[in-house]
Amino acid sequence: MGFSIPDHSVATWRKTMQKQLLAAGLLTIAMPALAETPVLTVLTYDSFTSEWGPGPAVEKAFEATCACDLQFVPAGDGAALLARIQLEGAASDADIVLGLDTSLTAAASATQLFAAHGKTPATNLPVDFADPNFLPFDWGWFAFVHDKTKLAAPPKSFEALAASDLKIVIQDPRSSTPGLGLLMWVKAAYGDRAPEIWQGLADNIVTVTPGWSEAYGLFLEGEADMVLSYTTSPAYHLIAESDDTKGAALFDEGHYMQIEVAGKLAATDQPELADKFLDFMLTDAFQSVIPQTNWMYPAVTPATGLPEGFDAFRPAKSLLLTPDEAQAARDAALAEWQAALAR
Amino acid sequence: MASRARPLNLTAPALAVLLLALVLAPLAAVGWRGAGISLGPADWSAVRFSVSQALLSAAFSTLLAIPVARALARRRFPGRAALITLMGAPFLLPAVVAVIGLLAIFGRSGVLNQALVAVGLPPISIYGLHGVVLAHVFLNLPLATRMILQGWLSIPAERIRLAQSLGFGPAETFRHLEWPMLREVLPGVALVILVICLTSFAVVITLGGGPSAATIELAIYQAVRFEFDLGRAAGLAGLQLMVGGVAALAAWILTRPAGFGAGLDRTLALPTPRGWRRGIDGVALTLSALFLALPLAAVLWRGLPGLSDLPASVLPAAGRSVLVALTSALIATSAALILALAAARRPRPIIEAAATLPLATSGLVLGTGLFLLIQPFAPPISLALPVTILVNVALSLPYLYRILLPETRALHSDYGRLADSLSLRGWSRLRWLVLPRLARPLGFGAGIAAALSMGDLGVIALFAGERQATLPLVVSQLTGAYRTEAAASAALILVTLSFALFWAFDAGGRRVAA
Repeated sequence: MGFSIPDHSVATWRKTMQKQLLAAGLLTIAMPALAETPVLTVLTYDSFTSEWGPGPAVEKAFEATCACDLQFVPAGDGAALLARIQLEGAASDADIVLGLDTSLTAAASATQLFAAHGKTPATNLPVDFADPNFLPFDWGWFAFVHDKTKLAAPPKSFEALAASDLKIVIQDPRSSTPGLGLLMWVKAAYGDRAPEIWQGLADNIVTVTPGWSEAYGLFLEGEADMVLSYTTSPAYHLIAESDDTKGAALFDEGHYMQIEVAGKLAATDQPELADKFLDFMLTDAFQSVIPQTNWMYPAVTPATGLPEGFDAFRPAKSLLLTPDEAQAARDAALAEWQAALAR
Repeated sequence: MASRARPLNLTAPALAVLLLALVLAPLAAVGWRGAGISLGPADWSAVRFSVSQALLSAAFSTLLAIPVARALARRRFPGRAALITLMGAPFLLPAVVAVIGLLAIFGRSGVLNQALVAVGLPPISIYGLHGVVLAHVFLNLPLATRMILQGWLSIPAERIRLAQSLGFGPAETFRHLEWPMLREVLPGVALVILVICLTSFAVVITLGGGPSAATIELAIYQAVRFEFDLGRAAGLAGLQLMVGGVAALAAWILTRPAGFGAGLDRTLALPTPRGWRRGIDGVALTLSALFLALPLAAVLWRGLPGLSDLPASVLPAAGRSVLVALTSALIATSAALILALAAARRPRPIIEAAATLPLATSGLVLGTGLFLLIQPFAPPISLALPVTILVNVALSLPYLYRILLPETRALHSDYGRLADSLSLRGWSRLRWLVLPRLARPLGFGAGIAAALSMGDLGVIALFAGERQATLPLVVSQLTGAYRTEAAASAALILVTLSFALFWAFDAGGRRVAA
């Protein structure tokens, strides 16, 4: 679809223009209401819906079985999703919210906008996870990723990292979910000693970025020796770029987990279809798409197994605060973090 | 005159009110949904940091731009036109792209540190307040230079000739010609930069080096996204607007019209002093050209390899972005011209406020407020592109206004009475007087508006649907999915298109004026 103006008659030009305006979404108000096939609207984060994310394959697979139109609506990142659904309240057109993580689910449940799913599916998560409102669709371990050719022996704990003169980039917990995850990681591993750990890390931190992509970009540019990311990040480089140089440092105190979940909105006008989607979410058709599009572990390991590289960096111990603990710990942990890193 | 002036006089205040409503209504909507406004100690420290880094950034950008603009105004050298055009580029870079470009030069493993280490010197760190200011100077020095250069070029040749015949040396020329011009231009330049830097977000956090480098915009992010504390978000956004308002007032008080009077538009080269002044000009030009060109070259270098395998979605997204940019630029330029013409007739606080405050609004609060306002009437997704255009108009209008105002003032005082006595009014006045005489600033301003409208993703994120992605959104999706190389290439396309739009308008304006 281009926007060049054809040089034939004005009438044709007008028609073309109208079509293009339509395509541009200027005139698409209330079109779905006229359609006969039911529409399931899933609110999710940007990278899920992009053409290299899981969205397109999931949409195709689900629409093949549901006789419906599955529409993904991108809404920024995980934290933006929750704000968005609170803004819309019960008036939301969305039926499903997909992409919150466990540091956000307590706040999400408190809005009372979500409906119980009433399911107890078997999953392959390394920890027990059950939430009345939310079902997991993928998960990962946070980890510090480094270049193996430049750093042959990465530190084995936060204390070793703090004692080293390695430089790291992290994300700001005030604007990013991985940043918040790191805050919870240190809290879950060290409890009251967390401020001391942060003070030790202060001279290792090159800078704090607003989101994951900026931090990872800085790391790839060579601005830091390590970056807060996931244990599965090296698998991306291995599979997509045939680059075996990236590694994830395994820490003895264990690794904090990010579990990404989806939930049905109480005000949905398609409750059956929404339930059907949540069931579908844990089948192979959905789960097998996850590893090489979202670069996370699927909640249910598909029959085909995991791609290469996904077993390369498996921590011995998993850490996770319950959603309520995470919610309760956040403000104090944030204040400790700010105080310890203030210069 | 009164009969002629009336339609314009009504249009301008109405426009100003509309603009103010566009800024204030979303803020009110957000505050209304919140449960009372409360600000904590962390918020106040964010306010302090925001204001101090913005003051420093504005001061350095403006002061450093003076020698560069003067050198460009009075020296002729090969590549001068190219350098002036290049001055548009850094300003148009998305913040994240600019940061990566700067890090390639000033970062831990950047060119500068490699050179320092090679000659046995200790490396320097870009992270901290100085890095934030450096990045803001990189982004805004060119804008300041262009605006001040415009001022130098607008000194009538007759005044320069008079100065020469009176035997003015450089000191007298400065006192009687250059200083009055600077008094008119500088406050507006510093104001625009101060207010942009006040709301800066990604640059400040990324280069700030730690949690103390927190701006008001970050506090708003936290309030909206993690706490859903809309009252606090509205309070913070209101505070940001107030700081912007105070700055606008200060600039308004400090601005003095130069009052050179009309000339006959003869082109006369400015005096080109020899000796050490020549050296100073050479140093200013060389350093600024290197400072601007090296990070840009890094952006280009990083973006080239991935160009061959860009995702297909880049093309339609680029098309949408260009459409949005052209529409926004057209509306913003017309609106800014109306406001600047009216303000030149008679200064009005409401116009000043309307033409400044949009810059000081929080993108997130603006987006959230518009979302709240639109939601009861229509699905916000269906209005994604119109809302983007509206917001782009509001955000680019302040630049246009600052660029146009000194020129409309001169136009009014030099030609206003003549045009009135000739009954030159309405369209013919626009056609024969305003547009030809303002072609240069209009082209420059429209270029800035178009290029700015290619960027800005902050506000639109809430509205964007699956099928309406603009180019900046695609760039952000790519970086969020490990595709750093493709993202660098998409960013390069974004920057190239922005720059092409800027160049087309700017060069067009200069050609008409010449």
